[in-house]
Amino acid sequence: MNFDLNDMQSMLADSIEKYISNEYDFESRQKYAASKQGYSTKVWQTFAELGWTVVPFSEEDGGFDGGAIDLMVVMERFGRGLLVEPYLANIVLAGGILKRLASTQQKERWLYPVIAGEKQAALAHVEPQSRYDLANIRCTAEQRDDGWLLNGAKSYVLNARNANVLVVAARTSAGTSSEQGISLFVIDPASTGIAITDYATVDGHQAGDISLLNVSAPKDALLGEPGNGFAALDATIDDAILAVCAEAVGIMQVLTDKTVEYSKSRVQFGVPIGSFQALQHRMVDMLTGVEQARSLLMWATMVNANGSEDAKRAVSSIKYMVGTTGRKIGEEAVQIHGGMGVTWELDVAHYFKRLITIGQIFGNSDWHLDKLADCGPARSR
Amino acid sequence: MDISFTDQELAFRDEVRTFFAEEIPSALRAKLERGIEIGKQDQVDYQKLLFRQGYFAPNWPKEYGGPGWTTIQKYIYASEMAAAEAPQIIPFGVNMVGPVIYSFGSEEQKKRFLPDILESNVWWCQGYSEPGSGSDLASLKTRADLEGDHYLINGTKTWTTLGQYADWIFVLARTNTEVARRQEGISFILIDMSTAGISVKPIITLDGAHEVNEVHFENVRVPLENLVGDEGKGWTYGKVLLQHERTNLTGVAHSKVRLARLRKQAGEAIRGAEPLRSDRNFMRRLGAIDVELKALEITDLRTLAAVASGKAPGPESSILKIKGTEVAQMIDALEMEAAGYYALPYVPAQYQVNFDDAARIGYKNETLTSLRYFNNRKASIYGGSNEIQKNIVAKHVLGL
Repeated sequence: MNFDLNDMQSMLADSIEKYISNEYDFESRQKYAASKQGYSTKVWQTFAELGWTVVPFSEEDGGFDGGAIDLMVVMERFGRGLLVEPYLANIVLAGGILKRLASTQQKERWLYPVIAGEKQAALAHVEPQSRYDLANIRCTAEQRDDGWLLNGAKSYVLNARNANVLVVAARTSAGTSSEQGISLFVIDPASTGIAITDYATVDGHQAGDISLLNVSAPKDALLGEPGNGFAALDATIDDAILAVCAEAVGIMQVLTDKTVEYSKSRVQFGVPIGSFQALQHRMVDMLTGVEQARSLLMWATMVNANGSEDAKRAVSSIKYMVGTTGRKIGEEAVQIHGGMGVTWELDVAHYFKRLITIGQIFGNSDWHLDKLADCGPARSR
Repeated sequence: MDISFTDQELAFRDEVRTFFAEEIPSALRAKLERGIEIGKQDQVDYQKLLFRQGYFAPNWPKEYGGPGWTTIQKYIYASEMAAAEAPQIIPFGVNMVGPVIYSFGSEEQKKRFLPDILESNVWWCQGYSEPGSGSDLASLKTRADLEGDHYLINGTKTWTTLGQYADWIFVLARTNTEVARRQEGISFILIDMSTAGISVKPIITLDGAHEVNEVHFENVRVPLENLVGDEGKGWTYGKVLLQHERTNLTGVAHSKVRLARLRKQAGEAIRGAEPLRSDRNFMRRLGAIDVELKALEITDLRTLAAVASGKAPGPESSILKIKGTEVAQMIDALEMEAAGYYALPYVPAQYQVNFDDAARIGYKNETLTSLRYFNNRKASIYGGSNEIQKNIVAKHVLGL
């Protein structure tokens, strides 16, 4: 029974923390977010050089052989630093599909350059009508003699703007909502028939909507077996949920710390506002929320790392808690910062927006609570 | 990071689990299952059973008769006891006054009191709170005036749990009123409940139960030898005692049993009704409480792991009482939802030993649901209300 990081994990945590505190202040972050790419190429190169992009990949793939716990360590620190670099899109989402399904040749062409920081990748799985249902895919891929023909529309494709590796979920058979018949493809987003409408998102990140009109893809664009892609998609999104929840816990910690600090220095009516009991109790609730979320994150990450039967339930549990408790903490942080809390100038507002965004993606709290309502009996001991 | 127990810990868990599964007398088990309150004799017999097994005083050092368990073993033991729905022990002797006596008492006091606490020969109760003192314990007014070779005790203690059964009471009383801080001048005194001048008056709680009492002291003569430690240091000793009270204060194991029971019950067609499982709102509420409870369980384990490895627990430990009582009260409310109309009949008589179960109203102990709900409102009030807990966290953890 222990909740400590091992030596490797501690070193990883230290190196990220040191980098953020020395090189990645809030002003830089805002500058990168507002840039054409929406992140800093230089920073991304540094990630690759320092070995952070290899964390969730096997040694065979040139990786760190890290598990869910290592990814949690990375993402929590990224949350604290409010980083905008497309780690989720490249490493967890597109990288998650590629590491699970790609052949050696496919990995060499598509995955390894991404891990090395030479190429940018994106995963297109959300559709305009799908909401949070991963199996709700209308985009089609028809088999032709020389390969595949893709048609359909994709929404909220993170890092679409920069991608030169595009992983697409499409239906090769069966109806619209079946888990059967879903296949994954990796294609060049510069292919004829692909139109990307990219946009900034409220949290300072960037995404895009993609239309695919008679897009021809070669035979070897298919990842894995045709029609059997759902399991890899589902597992990748579970990884992504754990990753963004770790990021959220980092953000919740920062918001709580900043709010408590602010309440000690902000004077109203001749006293620091932190002396008001009405605010003290609310900040204690924030602390309680952070600690509860951190506990649940640790549990969810551990049971997923060791493949326990509680894994699915754990993913929905932490996502539900981050969606509800995270929202509460974000709103309280803004409220207690008063007028300053609603300004663009203050970092708190941007942490808040990222936290709300995390609550909104990969299934919101209602979606996951509904899954929990369907879960079988809890293992009581 | 690793949340698993070691093989030795698992073996210990199995041993404790087997004990609770096999050794609780069937007559006692039957009462518990029928929702019948167990009386003084049942409680004492049960505690003696634990003593014979070496399970009664997990927190005591070996030299005073404790089992020498690790922090993790104590946790496993408390969890298994709750999971087996075995009766809780009455903490006032073994978990409260006992540790104060072996930490601060004289050799004479240790010899005189500790064996009877271990063997449950003497029933202790707690004399801390007073009418009007609420969560502000240091405002206590009970006086212990020195008169020759004894103290003269005058005052009133309240919320004295099961004081109607008690042989002895430990009391915080003022031995000096000329002090700079209210916390000074308070002494820790042991009093025989049969002493002349003591009267016990029941307080009936909103569920109709007689669980707590008011205890009046009128010119009660207590020998000086019953003072524990130094005069005027009672507040400090009392705080040590409260640390022992912190053991298993989240009630996670008990809450887990209750949620599991609700989940099982949700699949049953009680009285021919549609099973609650098809009520999405109910199942979502159940799921949401499960999330909080799982988080709390891990928060509890994080605290435990810190203590077990010799570190001071972090800020997570401060939220255990608040969150533990909140979750328990959420379950109380959800049980009310499940029982519906059948939470409402007020029929305490049917939980008497000789009542014919065939004549009962409600499914099993269903009509106890509301009584439990009402009774357990106390949980967020006693031991320093949750608001006081938040004040403490604000001051000592957040530095506000």
